[in-house]
Amino acid sequence: MQKIGVFVCWCGSNIAATVDVEAVAEAVKNEPGVVFSANYQYMCSAAGQKLIQDAIHEHHLTGIVVCSCSPRMHEATFRKTAESAGLNPYMVEIANIREQCSWIHKDKEEATAKAIVLAKAAISKLRNDTPLQAGTSAVTKRCLVIGGGIAGIQTALDVADAGYEVDIVEQRPTIGGRMAQLDKTFPTLDCAACILTPKMVEASQNEKINIISYAKVEKVSGFVGSFKATIRKKARFVDETKCTGCSLCTTKCPSRKGKNEFNMNLDNRGAIYIPFAQAIPNVAVIDPEQCIKLKTGKCGLCEKVCSAGAINYKQEDELIEREYGAIVVATGFKPIDPSPLNEFGYADNADVVTSLEFERLMNAAGPTKGTLLRPSDGKHPKTIVFIQCVGSRCEENTKRGKPYCSKICCMYTAKHAMLVREKYPDTDVHVFYIDVRTPGKNFDEFYRRAAEQYGVDYIKGMVGKVAKEGDKLMVQGSDLINNEQVHIAADMVVLATAIEPDPTARSIGTMLTASMDTNDFFTEAHPKLRPVESPTAGIFLSGVAQGPKDIPETVAQAGAAASKVIGLLAKDHLVTNPCVAQSNELMCNGCSQCEKVCPYGAITYVEKEVRGPGVREVRRVAQVNPAVCQGCGACTVTCPSGAMDLKGFSNKQILAEVDAICRW
Amino acid sequence: MQMVNETGWKPKIVAFCCNWCSYAGADLAGSGRLSYPADIKIIRVPCSCRVNPLFILRAFERGADGVILCGCHPGDCHYTSGNYYARRRMTMLFSMLDYLGIERGRTRVEWVSAAEGAKFSATMNDFAKTITELGENRKLGDLRCKK
Amino acid sequence: MQLMNEGTVARVVGWEKGEGECDWTPALFESVQEMDGFVYGDYAGANLSKYCVKMNKAEGKTLVVLKPCDTLSFRQLIHEHRLNRDNFYLIGAGCKGMKDESGLLLKCKTCKGKDFEIFDEIIDDEESKQPTAIMDRMEGVTALENETAQERFDFWRNELSRCIRCNACRNVCPACTCEKCVFDNPASSVASKAPVTDFEENVFHIIRAFHVAGRCTDCGECSRVCPQHIPLHLLNRKFIKDMNELYGEYQAGVGEEERTPMTTYTKTDAEPSIVRERGNA
Repeated sequence: MQKIGVFVCWCGSNIAATVDVEAVAEAVKNEPGVVFSANYQYMCSAAGQKLIQDAIHEHHLTGIVVCSCSPRMHEATFRKTAESAGLNPYMVEIANIREQCSWIHKDKEEATAKAIVLAKAAISKLRNDTPLQAGTSAVTKRCLVIGGGIAGIQTALDVADAGYEVDIVEQRPTIGGRMAQLDKTFPTLDCAACILTPKMVEASQNEKINIISYAKVEKVSGFVGSFKATIRKKARFVDETKCTGCSLCTTKCPSRKGKNEFNMNLDNRGAIYIPFAQAIPNVAVIDPEQCIKLKTGKCGLCEKVCSAGAINYKQEDELIEREYGAIVVATGFKPIDPSPLNEFGYADNADVVTSLEFERLMNAAGPTKGTLLRPSDGKHPKTIVFIQCVGSRCEENTKRGKPYCSKICCMYTAKHAMLVREKYPDTDVHVFYIDVRTPGKNFDEFYRRAAEQYGVDYIKGMVGKVAKEGDKLMVQGSDLINNEQVHIAADMVVLATAIEPDPTARSIGTMLTASMDTNDFFTEAHPKLRPVESPTAGIFLSGVAQGPKDIPETVAQAGAAASKVIGLLAKDHLVTNPCVAQSNELMCNGCSQCEKVCPYGAITYVEKEVRGPGVREVRRVAQVNPAVCQGCGACTVTCPSGAMDLKGFSNKQILAEVDAICRW
Repeated sequence: MQMVNETGWKPKIVAFCCNWCSYAGADLAGSGRLSYPADIKIIRVPCSCRVNPLFILRAFERGADGVILCGCHPGDCHYTSGNYYARRRMTMLFSMLDYLGIERGRTRVEWVSAAEGAKFSATMNDFAKTITELGENRKLGDLRCKK
Repeated sequence: MQLMNEGTVARVVGWEKGEGECDWTPALFESVQEMDGFVYGDYAGANLSKYCVKMNKAEGKTLVVLKPCDTLSFRQLIHEHRLNRDNFYLIGAGCKGMKDESGLLLKCKTCKGKDFEIFDEIIDDEESKQPTAIMDRMEGVTALENETAQERFDFWRNELSRCIRCNACRNVCPACTCEKCVFDNPASSVASKAPVTDFEENVFHIIRAFHVAGRCTDCGECSRVCPQHIPLHLLNRKFIKDMNELYGEYQAGVGEEERTPMTTYTKTDAEPSIVRERGNA
């Protein structure tokens, strides 16, 4: 039998003016288990806490009920009080007789009666409390960043800056990501490479950062503080430690059919290639699909010209296993393929291009060396039509595109339009738009400059059809402001295509048990208050993987994710919340229902011998990882047998409260 | 303030509130001195998804006249998805109770955020009024528990 | 029988004749000799899926004969990891509609179809592919929904007050395979052995229906075995109807393991207040 002490607080006159505190203390005195009750002016004061501690010692209390303000206010205080007197801190229950009673009722008799019921409910719950121990788990002080674009690079730099080791795993042969493909950036029009490449170099030179390029994370197990990842580093057929990046091999390679991914497939590259001049690592890679030597055994030219002896046709994939305390998802995005949207004629006309393709066409390192020439005939386009919201903001379930706004398109189209008008003032530029969205510092000014100073023709309306006529692209659209149909004979059409998460995101999300929305963007732990954390503890979000955003936002979020990682890695041990779910193996059916509703992936199943009265057999049973469980209780209700229960809010505890409230 | 009908009978109402939104909303109603009937007693749960239909049935068995469940607004759950599960479970439970001919007004789900003290108070007043009008729960309860 | 001789299967779960003419019961056959008692035909109404849970860990393969609707239950039990597919040899047996002394079984009058969801081998003929459904599956539920609350209350009081808590519905239900049933567990708050009060009569059946919601294949066994002839399927079908209407068509036991309507959600699900807003009060 427990020995319970009840402590009724006056909260000055906050409670005592409306609740007869003495009557409450008196009324609970004879409740089963209660051996002591008292009232005092301020229980949370030093003197009040002393009163509690003395009573715990004197009456050998096993649990206390404090009738006071909201547990959201002082539960932590009274738990500490109890702990310092040698009581388990989870043997403390609060009856909220201030916010839920004295403050909302005027009639003293009525308020007192209610306070007594609330006190009795808390006593009833306490009778079913059991001491809980907060566990601890060690933290591996290393961070894994998945994705080496600007988001991943920034997070890695910030984490490394705080003194922790970081591995960046990048699927492509070089870090740099989408930003490396951009020509200029809005709203400043500075060159993307000029601001990105120094960061790439910084990352490669930072001794705390280890770049694992041309690799993918294959498997992740474990939980916050101690993840274990298996990383597959694909064979480059080039020894990274020997290659000097002289690029002689890339010019000699006789195979020229490989599509140049960096230039959005607008031109070709050799079978051995370096994605771009400033690649990090600046090391060649052989595309096994294109390499004549690897396919037929003949050729071997690159090996002959390589003075460093770096070529190794026999290189194999390498598996790296490593432990991490935190994982950052920075998997980025890709533009959607606009081919299924027939009206824009993307699939049939070379001169209908996506905005990212247009970036490459404008870039000095691009397929046209920075001269704007249209892909079909290499002529300079005189009339260019930009079409906004291609595949963005579509009605859900129409399968025509994405329901969300891709956020960056309005601004980069304004940028494109300005760059064209600046470089080629003889070119007419038209932009079809639904709305122009410019929420950002200096964004609206930038857009207005495009429209007002650069003479870009903004037409509010959507395009219904793009059709080839001779060497022109006939663009038919509506002008909603003048309420008329518009026909423009264009030389080139640029589609502001929606962006979507990188195709690898879904499998990575599954691997990490990090939740994602229906569009495959990673979900944040709280949309407002925890925007850079996944609900799965120890997983952090950086960049577009979480939702469309521009470069400054990405960098800001990358830094925020880094600070969360640093906060985690700074700890030697994690104290785990003891109010977590627990499965009773004897009752568990192993039916997997609970696992399906767990938002944190905290539940796994094991084949295990269970022993109990009359039971001794191997069964599939659920196991909760207490370091991962956050204690929501979704599993407890899903479990048909009631095997799953929540410590601190157990079925028995809640039912005891229900009974107590309904009894009086 | 208590709700009393003509015969002097007062309802018993149990309110399950999630710790992160609705319980905080109730606290805010308290600090704003926004009153609601003393017949309503709150039970704190970590999340609306912790509320087992069994708890609600048990409350009715033990003499409750109405049970209300409050949680974070859909999309705002502290645990990201708990209230979505609660929403389905409660919809199913309420539908079944209705199918068995139990009065529809006796159960309710409301989403109340930590900032909605006024909504909490208004919701509780309205619910207490509904229950008072419905009168004593006789259809679903262990009548031995009635005094 | 040949399979048993060859040693491919160690035992057979099927039916044998019982006391009455129309009274065939599930049976376990462990040798070729015992197989003489095996019967299949008009009165093989019992769904054998649940009996397989006990056989799941037995030595050697178990041969089970399943009618089309029974295969849904079997598959659902695989989804719930209660059965291991590899331990069973499944004969899909064609079904012309099963009967009892009063004619076609209710579950056959509302037959869900003649497709086998899972099988190793099918034994059927043309006639057993013909549909037997002669009424809408949700007819009874809809009729009740259209009554007033008081009429519904009176209907269910009349039905459920006859419950003698023999647990036949629970024991036959292929979705009720808990290692420990909440009604037998003193810690569960609902443990009860007998319906002492109106409340206990009601709540046993509400909770049972709730526990199987999303997993119930609507095999109709609960109603078939009830000695008091309580139309228990009307409770399960109410949940099925609601879930289909509110969350999209769903049939438990079809396809691969996935989330049931009760273990998933959409952000735009109906609010519980929909119950107050629709139908007859």
